[in-house]
Amino acid sequence: MPEPFVSTTSRVIEIPRANIDTDQICPARFLKITDKAGLADALFCDWRFTPDGKRREPPFLIDEPANAGRQILLVGDNFGAGSSREHAPWALRAWGIRAIVSTGFADIFRGNALKNALLPIVVSAERHTALAALVAADPDGMWTVDLEAERVTLPGGQSFAFEIDPFARTMILAGTDEIGYVRSRLPAIEAWEAVHPARVDTRAGAPTR
Amino acid sequence: MTPVRCEAGQHIASGTLAEKPRTLFEKIWDDHVVASDPGAPAILAIDLHLVHEVTSPQAFTGLRERGLKVHKPGQTVATADHSIPTLDPSIPIADELAAKQLRQIEANCREFGIPFHGQGSATRGIVHVIGPELGLTQPGMTIVCGDSHTATHGAFGALAFGIGTSEIEMVLATQTLLQRKPKTFQVRINGRLQPGVGAKDIILALIARIGIGGGTGHVIEYTGDAIRALSMEERMTVCNMSIEGGARAGLIAPDETTFAYLRGRKFAPQASAWDAAVARWRKLPSDEGATYDRTIVIDGDRLEPMVTYGTNPGMGVPVTGRVPSPAEVEPGARADLERALAYMALEPGKSIAGQKLDVVFIGSCTNGRIEDMRAAASVLRGRRVAPGLRVLVVPGSQQVKRQAESEGLAEVFRSAGAEWRESGCSMCIAMNGDQLEPGQYGISTSNRNFEGRQGKGGRTFLASPLTAAASAVTGVVTDPRTLSGAASQAVATSRSAAVEAD
Repeated sequence: MPEPFVSTTSRVIEIPRANIDTDQICPARFLKITDKAGLADALFCDWRFTPDGKRREPPFLIDEPANAGRQILLVGDNFGAGSSREHAPWALRAWGIRAIVSTGFADIFRGNALKNALLPIVVSAERHTALAALVAADPDGMWTVDLEAERVTLPGGQSFAFEIDPFARTMILAGTDEIGYVRSRLPAIEAWEAVHPARVDTRAGAPTR
Repeated sequence: MTPVRCEAGQHIASGTLAEKPRTLFEKIWDDHVVASDPGAPAILAIDLHLVHEVTSPQAFTGLRERGLKVHKPGQTVATADHSIPTLDPSIPIADELAAKQLRQIEANCREFGIPFHGQGSATRGIVHVIGPELGLTQPGMTIVCGDSHTATHGAFGALAFGIGTSEIEMVLATQTLLQRKPKTFQVRINGRLQPGVGAKDIILALIARIGIGGGTGHVIEYTGDAIRALSMEERMTVCNMSIEGGARAGLIAPDETTFAYLRGRKFAPQASAWDAAVARWRKLPSDEGATYDRTIVIDGDRLEPMVTYGTNPGMGVPVTGRVPSPAEVEPGARADLERALAYMALEPGKSIAGQKLDVVFIGSCTNGRIEDMRAAASVLRGRRVAPGLRVLVVPGSQQVKRQAESEGLAEVFRSAGAEWRESGCSMCIAMNGDQLEPGQYGISTSNRNFEGRQGKGGRTFLASPLTAAASAVTGVVTDPRTLSGAASQAVATSRSAAVEAD
């Protein structure tokens, strides 16, 4: 079970790229695991290391010593495009990332992130530009992301509101997941199933109803 | 919204309700909403859950930790496709992690009572190839899988989309998912495709137009004469890459082509159940007057074979086109393009045709079905692959493999100097040892050209089977229409064979 998450205060890492796909966040060769161990090493692996395994010079942003321990990413549009692998948010969480600010997220990634208490925070293009300028001017400023208040507070004390799916927000604040809720509705599911027979039986072959 | 507990169109036929015209998507959605509690997403019933070895192990672990069973093992089916080698299966698997993952899916299926089409099974294959060929994929269904190319099954008029591992656990535990209702997006392809232009070119042209985030938040419905004229396998190619345009699902309304494909397949309804099913399926197409949140129209007559030049599937041009220059794109896209061209080591302004190649990959859930094999073989028949080029032909399933062998296609590939391998995802995702080496250029019939997707440091051009096969002959990116007789012959072969197969 996940831990409840309410807010975090951290410095920010900006990765000024759009369309960062899940193959970059967690390359496919790291998907051969049967658990969730070791995924911090996979995060942005091919942007951090050359094909023969040497650390790139200069190091990729998340490897810069000044960026160690930072929990908030500011990234370009359509973050998390591509594969449905939940290993992408697992890798981000394993690295310590708790919130990602962008103008947009790919649908499957957004859902997977929320199920792992990783906040996809959507801002307008104008605000994104202003936030990037802020990070450039004040790279070590502390931001506070408050899920309870749905508000980000910037170093100068200014703040802006964001929205997280209200159901997901409730789950993350409580540190629970959705399976308990849906299982509590099993009587409704079974009532539905009683009037909607299965359309196939994968075990038997062709249905003859 | 109010749950609607009846089959598509039933209440319209009854004439008792003045119903708003609905789209295909809305009918399937309404048919599957179990409950819609205030403040919560809808609980959506899932008809078919497809499972593979890579994204499922942690979900089964979750079930065990909660002490839960699989709610509907008979609506669940598993196979091994992503990390499985495409070498002779008698060779032991060299990669210990992959071997462990493959043992794990088998053990999980045994423990939870899920049918498993694994190594050695005549029905094993890429999950999105075997669902349709077994007749498991049917119109009006909801279908999910821990794989973003689940959109493939939308070709049958099923609402099919990729899910993450937490959602896999949810479906295993409850046979439902919590879902917010997406918006609808009609993509109308008018006209008629020219010889040498196929389904892959339709979808690459669409993504080049809308961008890889263009369909975010939407379910696409593909309509129009050019779509209606496609075979089922071609429709699967189109729907498969909906996710590359950002849409979780892509749908095509079922019609006679759909019913002819399904009839007689192992899990398709039989006897009187068949007629009843077809009668239900005929009510699924979008109603006259139904509206979409968004519509775009593409002129199919004017489409050309497409090739990507960059590091996402939206970076595509006609094969007659040039690699774009960062100077000519809008400022917002410039940095992305510069990075992509640096990764690909391509010169702006140069023709995409003629770019040199090291590897050709023909296969994947996008283009690994029998018609794709026929199209590629029609180009390679009587020809040789270019010297020094590695060409892998990987059937999408063991059934496709056997069919291709019985039609003599495997021999065509081998005689041409290509490798003919066991089925699987192979070099599309490069998890099983089939991969590009750093710096190599590959033309690929798969779906993603992301950095490193086909191997660390590898460089991918996405294209159709015809274009890939023509390029295999020349060793450079090649317009299939320029290879004497290739395009027209290939189209004729593929289409007529498809009709016979039906």
